[in-house]
Amino acid sequence: MITKRIIPCLDVKNGRVVKGVNFAGLRDVNSPIELAEYYSNNGADELVFYDITASAEGRGLFTDILREVASKIFIPLTVGGAINAVEDFDRVLKCGADKVSVNSGAIRNPALIGEAAKRYGDQCVVLSVDVKRVDGVFRVFAKGGRENTGMDAIEWIKSGVDSGAGEIVVNSMDTDGVKRGFDLELLEKVCNAVSVPVIASGGAGTMGDFLELFKKLPKVDAGLAASVFHFGEIKINDLKEFLAAEGINVRRI
Amino acid sequence: MPIIIDYGVGNLFSLTSSFKFIGQDVTVTSDKKKIAAADKLILPGVGAFSDAAKALHETGMYDVIIEEARKGKPLLGICLGMQMLLTKSYEYGEHAGLNLIPGNVKPIAPVIEKGLKVPHIGWNALKFPENKPKSKLYKYVEPGEHVYFVHSYYGADCTECVSAYAEYGAELTASVELGNVYGTQFHPEKSGKTGLNILKAFCEL
Repeated sequence: MITKRIIPCLDVKNGRVVKGVNFAGLRDVNSPIELAEYYSNNGADELVFYDITASAEGRGLFTDILREVASKIFIPLTVGGAINAVEDFDRVLKCGADKVSVNSGAIRNPALIGEAAKRYGDQCVVLSVDVKRVDGVFRVFAKGGRENTGMDAIEWIKSGVDSGAGEIVVNSMDTDGVKRGFDLELLEKVCNAVSVPVIASGGAGTMGDFLELFKKLPKVDAGLAASVFHFGEIKINDLKEFLAAEGINVRRI
Repeated sequence: MPIIIDYGVGNLFSLTSSFKFIGQDVTVTSDKKKIAAADKLILPGVGAFSDAAKALHETGMYDVIIEEARKGKPLLGICLGMQMLLTKSYEYGEHAGLNLIPGNVKPIAPVIEKGLKVPHIGWNALKFPENKPKSKLYKYVEPGEHVYFVHSYYGADCTECVSAYAEYGAELTASVELGNVYGTQFHPEKSGKTGLNILKAFCEL
């Protein structure tokens, strides 16, 4: 059977990983290449790179880095950030990305999902959604979580899948950074609404949080996190041993 | 030197990088003379079967591949490239493949358990058929190692030629083999160390 995936996420700005990174043994802890190699050699099932650069110059640096990562790391790579047109898919796929994650670009232009899926296949298109409760309703936020679109999150995700998104990353803004576990209420609603793989993001603080995620919501395919991995609070290999001992099917290397 | 056959289908960046990474130079080309001179051939592919089959014909690669394979040259088809090795595909109609290995490309949805997601995407464990020596492709691989799959169709009716399968509510063909012709449904270039070991074993054939 398909294993549950554990995915570290790297935010890259002007060619460097941002959000604290604290590893012993890495020469350059903010180097996306070194960090990607470290994760790849230590059990990550996939890597997600978000380009959070605003400038064209930074964009160029990002694709250079992506190319270098893809020439050294042979696990699936997902790339997001500044994906606004089919040309942006093309740009990162040529550099070795396997999947492309759209967020605000798809909110501005929902047709982008379908256009990209038609050209590159559904499996290539990942819809990433930032979700926050507003008066008890799950709403979609755009622009890195700064702007409430007013859209209903579940409806937006359903329409994204209908248009051809092959995978959903659900970022809960309510649990993100709190480190008290994933947003199970939100994730359950998403899992019941769609039949494509769902990646949970936001809230992981301990290994037990991942176990709870996969035990309570067997339909969730993957857990994504950044800082708990970057700071070495959770080692992916340890996490996998822990999950395997609890009966969760994971890939161990 | 092995050659990755270029027929305009798919992105070959990761595949070429993975050969370089294991210290094996490769050439990406559709030059028939170079293909004839190569010691091994790799047939990649992503997307729809009919488009790829059409591209193989239009580039003249269809006949070249069959000719070279019949000479006994090791040939490795990857993902859609594996499916192209088979007799026929039922993806959006009926399309003839290279017919180097008997088998039909059929949708996985009707054979797997209800409730399982399609496509079959992610890391799945390799299982080797019993009563059969392990394929040379798996010289450095143990049963149970995981490889990365992305597909909605699979190689059906390949029984004798199945060299590994993956459990996904059914036994889905993970790789096929007949003489010097090999195919993997999964992506060795995306399967971490296990995948690199498979490419290494192919280079050593």
